[in-house]
Formats: sequence, structure tokens, C-alpha cells
Amino acid sequence: MTAKTDITLTVNGRDYAVTVEPRRTLADAIREDCGQTGTHLGCEHGVCGTCTVLLDGQPVRSCLLFAVQCQGKSIRTVESLADGDDLHPLQEAFVKHHALQCGYCTPGFLMLAAGILENDPDINDADLREALSSNLCRCTGYANIVKAVRAAADDMKSG
Amino acid sequence: MDKVLGKPVERLEDGPLIRGRGRYAGDINFPHQLHMRMVRSPHAHALIKSVDTGEALALPGVFAVWTSADIAELGPVDFRADRASEILKPYRQPVLAKGRVRYVGDPVAAVFAEDPYTAEDAAELVAVDYEELPAITRADQEPGEFDDGLGTEAALLTHTFGDVEAGFAAAHTVIELDLLTGRHSGVPMETRGAIGVYDAAADVLELHGAAKVPHRNRDTLIGMLDLAPGQVHVYESHVGGGFGIRGELYPEDVLVLVAAKRLGRPVKWIEDRMEHLMCANQGREQRHLARIAVDEDGRILAMDDEIFHDQGGYVRTHGSNVANRTMCMLTGLYDVSAFRAVAHFRLTNKTPCATYRAPGRFESTYVREQLIDAIAAELGIDRVAVRRRNLIPADAFPYRLAFDEPHVADLEFDSGDYELLMDKALEAFGWKELQDTLARRREAGEMVGLGIGLFLEEGGRGPSDGARISVDSQGGVEVVTGGASLGQGFETAMAQICADALGVDYKRIRVIHGQTDRIPYGIGAHATRATVLTGGAVHATALTLRAKALDMAAELLQSPADALNIDDGVIGKRDDPGGPTMTLGEVAKRMAPGSKVLGDRPPGLWAEDFFNPAETVFPYGVHLAQVRVDPGTGGITVERFMVAYDVGRAVNPAMVEGQLVGGCLQGLGGALYEEFAYDERGQPLAVTLADYLLPTLGEAPEIECLITEDAPSPLNPLGIKSAGEGGINGVGAAIAGAVNEAIGIPGAVTRLPITPQRLKAILRAAGK
Amino acid sequence: MKPAAFTYHAPGSVNDAVAVLGDVAAEGGRVLAGGQSLVPTMAFRLATPAHLVDINGIAELDRLAVDGGQLAIGACVRHAAFHQPVTDGRLGPLLSHVARHIGHYPIRQRGTFCGSLAQADPASEWCLVAATLDATVVAESGRGRREIAAADFILGAMTTALDEDELLIEARLPVPPEGTALGFVEFSRRAGDFALAMALAAYRLEDGAMTDVRLGIGGAEDRPRRIPEAEEALAGQAPEAQAFAAAAEAAAAAIDPMEDAQTDAAYRRDLVRALSQRALEAAAP
Repeated sequence: MTAKTDITLTVNGRDYAVTVEPRRTLADAIREDCGQTGTHLGCEHGVCGTCTVLLDGQPVRSCLLFAVQCQGKSIRTVESLADGDDLHPLQEAFVKHHALQCGYCTPGFLMLAAGILENDPDINDADLREALSSNLCRCTGYANIVKAVRAAADDMKSG
Repeated sequence: MDKVLGKPVERLEDGPLIRGRGRYAGDINFPHQLHMRMVRSPHAHALIKSVDTGEALALPGVFAVWTSADIAELGPVDFRADRASEILKPYRQPVLAKGRVRYVGDPVAAVFAEDPYTAEDAAELVAVDYEELPAITRADQEPGEFDDGLGTEAALLTHTFGDVEAGFAAAHTVIELDLLTGRHSGVPMETRGAIGVYDAAADVLELHGAAKVPHRNRDTLIGMLDLAPGQVHVYESHVGGGFGIRGELYPEDVLVLVAAKRLGRPVKWIEDRMEHLMCANQGREQRHLARIAVDEDGRILAMDDEIFHDQGGYVRTHGSNVANRTMCMLTGLYDVSAFRAVAHFRLTNKTPCATYRAPGRFESTYVREQLIDAIAAELGIDRVAVRRRNLIPADAFPYRLAFDEPHVADLEFDSGDYELLMDKALEAFGWKELQDTLARRREAGEMVGLGIGLFLEEGGRGPSDGARISVDSQGGVEVVTGGASLGQGFETAMAQICADALGVDYKRIRVIHGQTDRIPYGIGAHATRATVLTGGAVHATALTLRAKALDMAAELLQSPADALNIDDGVIGKRDDPGGPTMTLGEVAKRMAPGSKVLGDRPPGLWAEDFFNPAETVFPYGVHLAQVRVDPGTGGITVERFMVAYDVGRAVNPAMVEGQLVGGCLQGLGGALYEEFAYDERGQPLAVTLADYLLPTLGEAPEIECLITEDAPSPLNPLGIKSAGEGGINGVGAAIAGAVNEAIGIPGAVTRLPITPQRLKAILRAAGK
Repeated sequence: MKPAAFTYHAPGSVNDAVAVLGDVAAEGGRVLAGGQSLVPTMAFRLATPAHLVDINGIAELDRLAVDGGQLAIGACVRHAAFHQPVTDGRLGPLLSHVARHIGHYPIRQRGTFCGSLAQADPASEWCLVAATLDATVVAESGRGRREIAAADFILGAMTTALDEDELLIEARLPVPPEGTALGFVEFSRRAGDFALAMALAAYRLEDGAMTDVRLGIGGAEDRPRRIPEAEEALAGQAPEAQAFAAAAEAAAAAIDPMEDAQTDAAYRRDLVRALSQRALEAAAP
């Protein structure tokens, strides 16, 4: 154990004053210190993408960042997507296209897709597939995830 | 209201999951909990000379450190299958290793600390002195010693029928293949987790984070801990994928319970990914020396297979099931009159193995279909024609496989039209036209080929499962089952079955699963049982409940019960749409205890019933693959893949397709990418997700599905045959066949996965 | 898989970073840039640095600019910065193409060009680019600043000429002359995986013959490097299949392949042969 530091994390627009060791990963801090357990841990070594969140608008692996690095940055997790009862177009599309089974990878995929589409609303199919190959899913075989993200992209543009 | 059974309705499960409001094992916390961290063996085989926990205990934040000496009274993790097999019992895994470790990852000690970071710090400080022993890393090498006086060949298993010698003596041609299926596993995205809590007031131990078979694990636990059934409650919450390996009882599950009680604080254990890849059940690794005898037309006269089954360091909860399933499903959907399989069930110094999605069937289909391809190549007969000549004909059902061994249960295939499905699949794939297309591409210098794998699945094996359904005063319906949900859509499927049988909106139904304190019995979700067995129980119970509701309503609405109907939870006269009605909720209210209208009826609008199927159901399928090989790199691209599967009846076609596509990509993983390799000292080489290669979207072809309902099962009222394992079963077979054709070398692929390194070596040796 | 404890430092300038690093380097201090390689090794506790010097907050290290015929890449420039071409001519598109092969989209949002050089993984794409195009790296410590040629910088697998108290502050990549043909290919088991081998080819044409030929190979040996035997086979030849094949053969013969349990020397040579040829073909205008 090393000395803990007081930091403020801004998760989904809300400030959380937390006290953490420098070694505490952002993923653990989001889950355990900020109580936002929608962000899941799948590998803790940066391969599976289950812990993907948006850091200043970019999708990142939250297991490969330390919480102390993220002061003053905007962190967005799956809990930020829906507006009350209104689902985000990506969430609606995931339900409609059966893009989840066990749901464990789903928050990571949603945040990956949200980051991709916010950065490039007109992304072509090839680039979208390349970007979505970042995260692992063991249930769906991915086909319905691609369908859902494509449908949401079209929906978000027309909406 | 429209019927929902058979419709691709949206899932009930999705709401919380897409909002990040799921409750997986890692999300479950209790006040004052301790975090457990295992100290694991770095050696594949070694004697434990001493364990020094002093330095670990001295670390601030550490509460306790246990070794096997601290749980001396606790027996090994018991079997839930093969209970009768006395000869396998000495090979069970202790909760903490005693004196000897038998695979890298074998738990030796456990640390209990205030937080996971500290627990991991302390685990590194536990000093274990080992004396390394030679490791056995292959099942086909000379057996060694498991323990003093106990060999590593735990059993020699056989399955036989017919006169095999005569078949081979009469053969026109005999084909012999030496085939290996690589070691891979389910690797769900959520690792294992177990949280133990002791409720001293109720004298109950609670195990949270369970999955797959909560009731059976409860039964094993009460045996191991010498408790009564009411003293152990097992709870399933959200489960991030199972695939057969999650939810079996492991040492850590037992340990958190023992520790929670003894240490007086809840104990939480979350497996990390490296532990998962070293310690959770693996599977598939078998060498097959397979022979087949045929006449001049390619008709099968006899099959013979000597199997070397790599069980790993211990025999876990399944006993020898996988080797047995391999043997009994080897002849598959062919009409074979003589058969012999012998399995050397051997322990090695690798991670223990057990069931992984389509256990024994992925392996046996790979072997059988490679044999069929080899017959075709040897005799110069078309691959499809050889299959057609040997398929069990549609008029032969029920078709019985009766094994000579008295302890081996006979199989009775319930229904099917195998040739019809094969023809439908070939037609849909454009198999005939592709022959020319690919021939032209090959002439142009490309290495492209097609492969086919036919297979039989099994599911819904009994003996029995029950359900309890109740209607509350607002018309809400609760279905309590002993089933389990691993993400496959169990709640939705059960709600669909209940909705149509009872006459309510499926979205008003809450489905309970995996809670041993809610229902005394439960089959769980394993071996493709859930939809058939628990679905059958829900169906039967819903009908009983419906009759009960109508009986009460008949009196209240002054109408014979058989003139009434229930639609969207409203009871009315079938032929009088404008007539009097009442809701199920109102009926429930009127049936409250003490109600004057009850008469002789027991109070409450609820029912309980069981479904007791006599036999197993056997769905069947066809996998077709088209691949391209890069001769420069040995890389393989799957250009197309089709899964054709007769499910008897699809409860939810979207979910069936999801099962098939997802299963298929797992199969492609095992056929092309995934492998738990070990070095000669038994050190695992794939302990990260950078080394154990799960397919990404980049490797995923578009998987086409052809779901048919040509042969509903006569064994259950809905005709369901299940869908969980049909996506993966034939992938190894179809891909191997396609690669063989692409490179123009029959029988070239003898080992899965077909890595580019191995394929390039084949090409190099062939001068290609 | 929780990292071991460390002390965290977040200097705001290169001067401060170098000063802190000078203080803590000897007691196991490491620089934290993108962290996409270092943090996983910390999760496995294969790396247990006692101090981390986080340079992500140093604005002067974000520089990415063409300066005097060289592309200057500051220590905090992420892989994703190359998704869109950063120079005119063929270098920008080549770097975009190469960047797509590095890990995955979220990894590229954090990982850095210079971090890849400092890590010196044998299969690093940027190390291959640096070695083939003769990049220079700039290292700074309390003892001053020095420039090191890429060929002298990457010494072997995960080994560089960087001293433990030195901070790699910038890489400088010469912009190839106009008309330079560039081609890159790699082969990996899955999308985004470390390559089993890769090749980068560059040449110009003078009177129909190849000149200033470069053929770099990565992922096959303990470090990426140019293969002189292959380059000699190409120099003065027309850019045609036969010359490419001869060079590919020369490259396959010249390398000293890495071997592991899955990949033997013969396979690496096969890959280098195939990929060299394809890189040269890809470069052809």
C-alpha cells in the first residue's frame, strides 16, 4: 500500500471526490469508488475492450489508465447513454437487432460505438468493421452488433 | 392477442443489460467483505515441501492466510456426474493442494484481505518451497504416477456394438486416420466469481455468483460440508456467458463458503483473466486413431476408434462424461452396424478438462466427417454421395443404438430426415454451382475449397424438471423455475411458452431462475436442456394454472369453463366478444385465502407441475464452409459459412439464430485460432487474451443460417429440440474438409486448430 | 491482476520530467506515456516500477510538424494522430495505413509513436518505419540532449540505447523525396494482433530503374531492420516481379529468425519471402 491521493473524477457529468492509491485503475475507480458498475472488467490487460469508456470523447480501455491520470477529464460510461426512460439510439438498436446475449461485453461495445459514431458520423462499413473489431464478444458472433451499430448510425444521422 | 411462441420477439433480459444495470458477480458486494486471492502453483508437477505464510500475514490489511492444513477436514470437490464411479474418486481435486501440485495454477493457499490489491500483494509474499517433478503433457505418452501407487490412466472406457472384426474382414477398403483436436474452451467474457456469506441468524450459507447448475451444486455442497439442504442457498445473478465451463463447482466456490463461516465476514472472490485461462475448465484435447471399413460403394461396414483423452490435472465434476459423449456420438447420423471405441482416460499435468459447448460432439464430428471425406477421396466417389449412402433413412425412426456395455445407456434417435436437411442446405448454399465457380478459381491459381460436416446433437435429457407459476392480484405472472440463465435468453423463452399457454402478454411475466431458496429442485442449464426440460415444465404448469383460473372464472362468469378463453390476461366467453369478462388479477383476488367463492378449492391462483420426458431429443445439422488459403502465409479466410439446423420447433427464431451464429464463431475459433498450448514442462503458453486468440469481428465471416422445423420431437408437447450447441458442433469438420480441398491434399489436416504455421508446413512438405 | 504499488509523478514540463526521472530512475522509475504496453505488464506484475513519471500533461511533447524535411513527432503524439495523413505526398498515407495495423482503435487513442520506439517490441510497426526510413530519436536527461539514429537506438527485443534516466522527447522521420514509392504489408493471426512478420519497401525510379532502395523487415528478427542483401538485389533493376522475387528470396535467406513454440524459423522465412514481395508490389506506382 502506498499513500492515497485525493482526486476528483468527473463521471457522466457528476464530480466524485475519491481517495485512491496511484495504482488504482480507472476501471476500478469508476466501479468501486464511483459506484458505476455498468463498466465491466473482462481481462484487465487491454485486449477485450469490455471496460471501454469515453475519455474526453475518445473510446479508451479504462483498465489501462490509472484514476490519478484522469483528473479534470470528462469520463462517460454506459450509464450516461439513456436519458431517463429514453434509450440512446444505440441501445434501442441493440435490443431490436438482438445484439446482446449475456450482456457482459455490451457496455463496452456501446461506448466504443458511441465514440466511433460521435467522431465520424459518416463512417463507411469497412472502417466501422475495423473499429468494432477492437472489442471481444463471445456470444453473438458479432453480426448483430454490426447491424445494430449501422442502424443506429443511420438513425442518429436522420434524427 | 397474437401468439408469441415461434416469434422473434424482443428479449425481456435486455432492459437492464443495455443500461449498465446488470448484476454480475463482480457487482455483488456485502458490508465488511473480505477479498480472497489464491496462491497458485507455478509448476506443472511438484511436491510441496513447505508453505510459509508469515510474511503475507504480516502485511497490513491481511486477515488470514490458509493452506490445506487449515481445511484438513474438507474433502475434494465432488462429482455431480459419474457419482457411481469409484475408480475416478481418487482423482478429484482438493480445495487446496495437499502435498503435490498437478498443473500450473493449482491452488496452494488462499489469502483473505481487506481489498483485492492488498490480497494480491500478500499472495506474492506466500513462500512455497517446491520439489519439481517430471510433467506429463500428452495423453498419448507413457502413463505415469498420479499419486503414490496410482497411475495416470484413470480408466479405460469402451463403447461397442456389432461385429467389428467381421466388418473389417469384409472390407473393400479400410481408411485409417490419426487426428488431434486441440485444447480450447468457452472463455466467457465474464470470469468466474464467488461470494460467500454466512447468515448466522438463520444458520444459512449463501453462495452468490453461481451459474448453470445451482441446485446440483447446492446438493454437492451440502454433501461436502455436511449440511442440510436448507442450510445452503445458491444464487445465480447475471452471468456473463457460460458455454459449459462456467457454473460448475470449483475449489474457490467451496472455499468462500468455508471462509465466510469461519472468518465471520463475507468473502468475495473474482477470478482474474490469467487465472481463468489457467484454471477454469478446458476441453477438447483428444487424439484419435480412427479406422473405418467400407464396401466398394463406400457403405460403412465398421468403425473403430482408439482415443487418448487428455483430462488434465484432476477429474472435475463431470467425471468421464466428455470421453463417453465422444464415443456414443461417434457414429452420428450414419447407419453403422459395427462399432468399437476405446478411450484412454488419462490425467496429465495441465489444466483440468470438462464439458465445453457440444462436449464430445465437436470432437467426434470432426473425426467422423474426416473419415467420410477420406472414403470419398480414396474411392473416387463424391463426398455428398458417400454421405447420402450412409445416412439413417427417414423411415427408420425411432432409431436405436444399443451398446454392448451394460452400464452404457442406449440411445434412441427420436425423429429426423437427415437427407432432406442436407439437400436443403446444399441447395441454399449453391453447392452444385460452386463446384464450377471454385474449379475456375483454382485454375486461376487460387487455393479455394468447400467443406461439409453433418452432425447429430443431443439435448433435453431428463429425468425431470418442475415449475411454479402464480398470478398476483394485479395480473402479474411469476414463473419460478429451477433453470438457469447464462445469457441465452432463458427468461424470454420461458415467458413465451407461458404466455401462449396461459393467455397473457409475455412482457407481464417475471421468470425466476437459479435461486435454490425459491424452488426445491432444478435442472439448471446444461447439455442443451433448458428450453426442452424447463420449457416443458413451464408449459405443463401454465396449462394446469389456466385450467384452475378457468374453473374459478366459470363459476364467477356463469359459463362452462370450456366456453371461456384467456386473451391478454382477460377471461371472457370465446363466442361472445361483447359479453362479461374478468381479468386474471381479479380471479386471483377472488381466490385469496378466506374468499367466500373458493368453495372446496385451495386458495391462491398458482400451480406447480413437472415435466418428465422419457428420452433424449436429437436435433441434427449440416455445416458448409468455403475457405480461401493464402499460399504465401498459410493464412485461411472463411469466405462463407452456413449452419443448417433442424430444431424441431424454434421458440424464438432470433434467439435460435443468435445461438447458432455465436456458437459457430466459437467453433471457428477452435478450428482456426484458439489453442491452450503447453511447453514440454507443462508451462501454459496461452495465459493472456493476446495469446489465446478469441476471434474478433475481423475474423468473423457472415454466417448464414437455415433453421428448419421438419422433424419436431414427438417426445415433448411443443416439439422442441433445442439450439444451444448446433452452431459449434460441425465447424471443425467442415473447415478441415474445406482446407483439404483448397490445398488439393486429401487428409492433409490432421490437427485442430489449423494455424497458418501448421498449414504452411503442410504446403512446404508437399512442395506447394 | 492489480498492479503493484508505485509513486506517481506528473511533471508539467520536459525540464521537470527529466529532473524527476533523474531522481527516481535508479530506484526503478519508469516513464508513463500512452501506457498501452507498460500497464498490461504491470497488471501481470511482470513490471513493478517503484515510480511512474507521467508525461501526458506536458504540452510541449504534443508537437507533430514537418520541420526541415523531417516529420517531428513529439513523445505524446498518439497513434491515432496518424489516422488522417499528416504530410503531403506518400508518407502521410503510408503512416495512416501503418497506423491501422497498430492494436485497435481505442489503443491507438492512447498509445504513442515514441512510446513504441522506447518499448522496442520486435513486432512494432513504428520501429520498422523508423529503422527503414532512417529516423532519428532525441533523448534528454539531466546530462543534456542527444540524437540517436534509429539503427543505433533499437538494440534488440525490448532493448534500446536509451539510458534509464533519459526521456525520449521526439522522433524525427525524414520525409522521403517526392516520387518515392512506399509499400507496407504485415501478417498477423487476428486483426490488431502483433504481426508474425511485416515488410516495408521504399524506392525511387530513375530512368526506369530502382534507386535509393529500402526494404525493412519487422517481427521476424529480434528487431526491425533494413536488409542490405535484398536492397542490393533490387538496386538498378526495373520494378518488376522477377526482381521483387529475387529480393524476397534474398531477404528470406538473410534474416536470423526468432523462434517460439508456435513459429519456427522456416515459417518466418516463408513469411518474409511472401511479405517482402507483396510490400514491393504494393509500393509499385
